[in-house]
Amino acid sequence: MNKDQEGEKIVRTTVWSPGAGCHGGCGVKLHVKNGRLVKVEGDENHPWNQGRLCPRVLALTQYVYHPDRLLYPMKRAGERGEGKWTRISWDEAFDTIEKKLKEIRDQFGAESVLFCQGTGRDIGGPISFLAYAYGSPNWVQLGLAGQSCYTPRLAAMFATQGDYAVLDAGQFYEKRYDAPEWTPPKCIIVWANNPVPTCPDAFHGHWVVECMKRGAKVITVDTRTTWMASRSEIHLQIRPGTDGALALAMAHVIINEKLYDKEFVENWTFGFDELKERVQEYTPERVSAITWAPKEKIINAARLYAKSKPASIHWGLPVDQCPEGTTVAQAIAHLWCLTGNLDIPGGEVIARPAFGVTTYPFSSHELTALYGEEFVKKLTGKRIGAKVYPMVANFRGWAQPDMAVDQILTGDPYPIKAAWIQTTNILGGQAADTRKHYEALKKLDFNVVVDTFHNPTSMAVADIVLPAATFPEKESFRSWWAPLSVVVPAIKVGECKSDWEINLELARRFNPGAIRYKSVKELINDRLKPAGVTFDELAAEGSWMMPPEGHSSKPYRRYEKGLLRADGKPGFNTPTGKVEFWSKKYEEWDLDPLPYYDEPPESEVRTPELLKEYPLVMATGRRSSVYFHSEHRMIPWMREIDPDPIVEINTKTAADLGIGDGEWVYVENRRGRIKRKAKVTPTIHPKVVMVPHGWWYPETDGREPNLFGIWDINCNQLIPTGTQSRSGFGGGAYKTTLCRVRKLEKER
Amino acid sequence: MARHGLLIDYEYCTGCHTCEVACKQEHNYPVGKWGIKVNEIVLETFDKITIDYIPFPTDLCNLCVQRTKEGIPPACVKHCQAGCMMYGPVKELVKTMEKKPKTVLFAPR
Repeated sequence: MNKDQEGEKIVRTTVWSPGAGCHGGCGVKLHVKNGRLVKVEGDENHPWNQGRLCPRVLALTQYVYHPDRLLYPMKRAGERGEGKWTRISWDEAFDTIEKKLKEIRDQFGAESVLFCQGTGRDIGGPISFLAYAYGSPNWVQLGLAGQSCYTPRLAAMFATQGDYAVLDAGQFYEKRYDAPEWTPPKCIIVWANNPVPTCPDAFHGHWVVECMKRGAKVITVDTRTTWMASRSEIHLQIRPGTDGALALAMAHVIINEKLYDKEFVENWTFGFDELKERVQEYTPERVSAITWAPKEKIINAARLYAKSKPASIHWGLPVDQCPEGTTVAQAIAHLWCLTGNLDIPGGEVIARPAFGVTTYPFSSHELTALYGEEFVKKLTGKRIGAKVYPMVANFRGWAQPDMAVDQILTGDPYPIKAAWIQTTNILGGQAADTRKHYEALKKLDFNVVVDTFHNPTSMAVADIVLPAATFPEKESFRSWWAPLSVVVPAIKVGECKSDWEINLELARRFNPGAIRYKSVKELINDRLKPAGVTFDELAAEGSWMMPPEGHSSKPYRRYEKGLLRADGKPGFNTPTGKVEFWSKKYEEWDLDPLPYYDEPPESEVRTPELLKEYPLVMATGRRSSVYFHSEHRMIPWMREIDPDPIVEINTKTAADLGIGDGEWVYVENRRGRIKRKAKVTPTIHPKVVMVPHGWWYPETDGREPNLFGIWDINCNQLIPTGTQSRSGFGGGAYKTTLCRVRKLEKER
Repeated sequence: MARHGLLIDYEYCTGCHTCEVACKQEHNYPVGKWGIKVNEIVLETFDKITIDYIPFPTDLCNLCVQRTKEGIPPACVKHCQAGCMMYGPVKELVKTMEKKPKTVLFAPR
C-alpha cells in the first residue's frame, strides 16, 4: 500500500471473483479516496497481466457501488417469489441458519443439505470448508449437467498423466516472455475456445495473442469463425460435439505417418500399441464425414501440430460438454503426449497449485490432506453419484449434479432438505432444464442464497439472503497454478462479508471442536505454510510470489527430475509411472481405458427423424468480453456494449427463413422456446446457431412469475439433464441439442 | 509540442472493448459517450471470412493529456489486452508503421 497525491491511497491486490466475476489472477492497483474506490488500474509489475485489464475490471466502480447491490442480510417476509424482504442483523442471520441446519442435520443427516457453487472462483475453498465442517459430502455445481466444466478435462489428465497441464505462455516465470527458460510454442491449437473474451481455468486468454506475436501459428477448432479463427493457418469448423472423433483422427495421422516423438513414447508412455490399434478405425475420411471438416484439413492440422516443436493446445469447456467428455479430453491430451510436448518450454506445461498451497481442492488427495482420510472416505460413501460412478467417488469431491436434482425431487436414496447456494445464480445461469431446478429448489425446506445482487435464483427460492463482498472488499488467497497470491482488502461496502468470512463463522458454529481458526487471516496463514510466507508479507510484496527453481510447482521436465511422484522417482504420478495411453485408472473405474468417439444424444446421425423437425444444432455459451456467465447485465458500461440476448444465425440460413438482422425470433425444441434477437452473420456455420447463455433482465420485475425475464430468454430451458458420460462427468448437452428458429412477428 | 498520436496494430486488435471502458473510467463518460469506439469489420472475401477490429478515437479523445503529462500512457494504451496500441510523437510512430503491416495511425488532435 502506498500513498499517492491528495490523500489517495493505492492498494495492490489480485483479482478473484465477485466484481470481475472471473477465474481471476490479474494484478490491480485500487485507487481509494476517503474509503471509497475511485479508480482501478492494471498493475504493470504483476506478471499475470502486466498492467493490462479487461472491461469488467475497468468498470469495477459501477459494480461495487451499484444501487441494486445487496448490502445487508435479509430474511424472506412474504411467500417465496413475492420479493418481500426484511433486513436483519448478521447475528440473527447466523443464528437462524445455525438453528435450521442443525435441526435438519439431527433429523435427516448432514448429507441432506446441498452446498451449491457456480464456476471455478474463490468459492471452491470456502464452500468445501463449510460443507465438510457441517459434515455433508454434497458439494455440487448444481445445475451444471454432467459437471461439464473443466472437471472432465482435469479427470482425464489426472488419470492418464497424474497431473494437470496447460498451454505454456511463460506464466510460471516472473519475466514471462523474456524469461530465458521459456520458448514460445511454434504452433498452437486453440481447441473449442475463444481466448479473446475469456480467461478460462486460470489462463489469461490474451497470452495466446502474445505467443502469436512471437511466431506461433494457430489452428482453430471451432464451429464459429472467431477472430482467432480468422488469424489461423487452419480453421476446422466442426460439428458441435464431434471433437473426440477429430482428436482420434489426428492421432491416426500422427501415429500412422510416424510423426510422434519416438524417444518420449518409448521411454515415458504406456499403452502405445493399444492406442495405435484403436485409432485405426478413425480414418480422416470417416472422421471428415462425422465432423464436417474436410479430410485434407484434418490431415494438414495433424501434420502442422506434430511437426512443430514445441507445440501446444489451448482447450475449452466444449470439450467437457461433448458426449463422453472424459474420453474426449483423454483423446486430446494424448496428442500432446504423443508429440512429446508435455512439460517442456512452449508445450503443455504441468500445472500444480503454487508451492503446493491448497485454496480450492482440485483432487481427492487435496481434500484428504485438508480434512483427513477417514473423514473424507466416510463422506464419500454418501456422496450423490459416488455409488454409480467410480470416477465421482475417486476424483475430486463433487456430487453428480444431474442425479442431485433428481434426488431432490424423488428423495431416493435419501431426502434432500436444504440448499446452501453461494455465489451461483442457478436458475439464471448454469442449470440445464431450468424448470426442473426451479421446481426442485422450491420443494426444499430451507434455502440460503449468498450473492452480490438479487437474481432469479435468490428471488425464486431464498429464505435468507446474505450479501457477499467483492474482491476489493475481501481478504483471500489464491494458488491456482502460479503465482501464489493474496487478495488484499481496500474498502468496505455496506455490511457485506467475504465468502471465507461467512463460511468460517458458520463452520465454527457447526463444528466447534474441529475449527480452530479465530479469523480468516489465521486460516489463510495456516494454508500458506507450505510457501513459508504470511498474508501480510505477500500483501506487502505486491500480493504475489512465484515458486522457485527446483520446486515441484515450477517447470520444466519434472518427470526426468523425480519431482512429480511421492516416491521421488523419475516418471509420472500414475500407476505405471508413465503417461498412460491405456489408462489403468479408467480401467479401475469401469471405463474404457482407451479413448473413443460417441455421438451427441441428439444429432443428424443419432436422431435423423428429430432433425427433420429441428434442423439446426443449438450451441450455447459463447463468451462476451463484458459479461461473466450470468453476471454484469446490470452494469451500464457493460450492457451498452452487448445489450441484447442474441442468437447468431448464418446469413444464408437466415435468408432461407426470412429472418433479418436485428429481428426477434423464437428458438425452440421439444423442451420449450425462448425469444432472441437475430444476429445475422457469416461467422457461424449454416447448420448451427449460437445462443449466448446466462441472460436475464435485471431491469425488469424480479418477482414471480417474471423472475427477471428468465422464462422468456434463458436458453438452458432447452437443454436436458441426464446426458452425463459413462464416467458421471462430462456430456452436458449445452452445445449439441437440436432446435429450430422462426420469426417472431412482434417485438418483445 | 510535436503532434502525438495513436498507432494501432490491427493484426492483433481482438475487439475486446478494453480501450472503450478504460477511457470511460478515466474520463467518467456516461453510457452513450465514447472517447474511443471499436469498429468491427466482418467481410467475406472469395475464399474466406475476414474479421478485423479498429478502435477509433473520437472527438472526446484528449489523448489522456492528464496522464501523459505525468509520464503515464493513455488509459486505453496501458490497458489494451492485446498490447496493440502505441502512443507517441507521430514522427516516431510512422517509423514503426513503415515496418509493420496492418497498422493505422490516428492523430486526433
